[in-house]
Amino acid sequence: MKEAYDVLVVGGGPGGALAAKAAAEQGLSVLLVEKRPAIGAPVRCAEGIGKEALAEFIEPDPKWIAADLDKAVLIGPDGTKFTIGNNHSGGKVGYVLDRKVFDRELVWQAAEAGAEIQVHARASAPIMIDGKVSGAVIHQHGKTYEVRAKVVIAADGVESKFAKWAGINTTVPLTELETCAQYIVNDIDIDERANLFYISYTDAPWGYIWVFPKGHRCANVGIGIAGTKSGEGHRAKDYLDRFVAREFPNGKITELIVGGVSVCKPLECTVADNLIIVGDAARLSDPITGGGIYNAMYTGKLAGEVAAAALKKGDTSKMALMVYDTTWREGPLGHALARNYAVKESFIKMDDAKFNSIIHSMSDLSLDEITVKSLVIAIFKANPWLALELPRLLMTL
Amino acid sequence: MIHIRRDVCGYCGACVSVCPRGALELIDAYLTVDETLCKSKCKICSTVCPLGAIELEEQ
Repeated sequence: MKEAYDVLVVGGGPGGALAAKAAAEQGLSVLLVEKRPAIGAPVRCAEGIGKEALAEFIEPDPKWIAADLDKAVLIGPDGTKFTIGNNHSGGKVGYVLDRKVFDRELVWQAAEAGAEIQVHARASAPIMIDGKVSGAVIHQHGKTYEVRAKVVIAADGVESKFAKWAGINTTVPLTELETCAQYIVNDIDIDERANLFYISYTDAPWGYIWVFPKGHRCANVGIGIAGTKSGEGHRAKDYLDRFVAREFPNGKITELIVGGVSVCKPLECTVADNLIIVGDAARLSDPITGGGIYNAMYTGKLAGEVAAAALKKGDTSKMALMVYDTTWREGPLGHALARNYAVKESFIKMDDAKFNSIIHSMSDLSLDEITVKSLVIAIFKANPWLALELPRLLMTL
Repeated sequence: MIHIRRDVCGYCGACVSVCPRGALELIDAYLTVDETLCKSKCKICSTVCPLGAIELEEQ
């Protein structure tokens, strides 16, 4: 570890890896620190991603693809199913990744581009000079280092602390933090090409249950519920245990994964002097799906590029870095997040009778495109009464 | 004071993200609480925990 770098990236997930790679490709000296001893572990993710989204950043590789999907199935409280995509969609839908391998691949790519990687290296505080982030204190193997950097990219995930230490309020409201538990369940009868989403207030209040295949007779089976719906005897794991006992009584559980996913609005501003915040740390996970991989990769890459451009001009002030914030916020990502937040606010509090009614109304429809937007438009078409109840949402589509 | 049941905690960080005082931190693979910051009145962390690893201890 050197004393100073152009760019310090805190966190070795997809956001940090893409940031480090992009900055290194621009010829900058880059240090990426990951507090855990291994990149990619432990997994905190249901591992689903759209194919087209992923293709923006990386060629698909069977090494880290656990399942290739051609449909998504919504399952209502009474068990009624609505399938999106079909066998004719040519497997364009999405993948379930193996994040342990995927994350390592992304970090390797950053290293290949010239970034220095340090694992089991934890940022414990920013170095602040004149109120501006100027590096970080790093702990590794019992030693403490003061590492200076012209730009710090905070990619420290849902448990992000770096931006908070720098004075930015990153606290997620309890009701907008989905508390999640997931098992890898083996030896179960599943459609290995379909992601299942169970929508039910009773079974997953203000959240959903997912079954994402991970190959032959194996799936990620998980749940997210709103933080305010959690409590003693009715925590995410309690709901998940009930679901697994009911749906997969003979399944063999080989891994327990827990985590939090924010479904709030993004941070009001994702830059400060010499600081850029990306991915989950910037609260950029999708408010409807909870998906965050693409959003982290997109903002990570953008952050690396913006940092490089700012350094070339010799100005890494908040004003100079604002182009990062405006680019994602005013582009397709920001619009999708704003729309999906509105969708979430409109649908999350519906009761099971309403969910049943909506899914019944869709049973005759077929939908090939698996996006939140196309789904919500289809729901509106099949349920004209919703336009009266959710006029503001209609405007956002 | 809050008590972290280390044998139950899945060190996922859900509690860290909702703590309004920034008192919790996930250091590598264990959760720590800064008792100078935590007032252990809000119970947000023990509510949100997916596993039930955080208990409130009587003073």
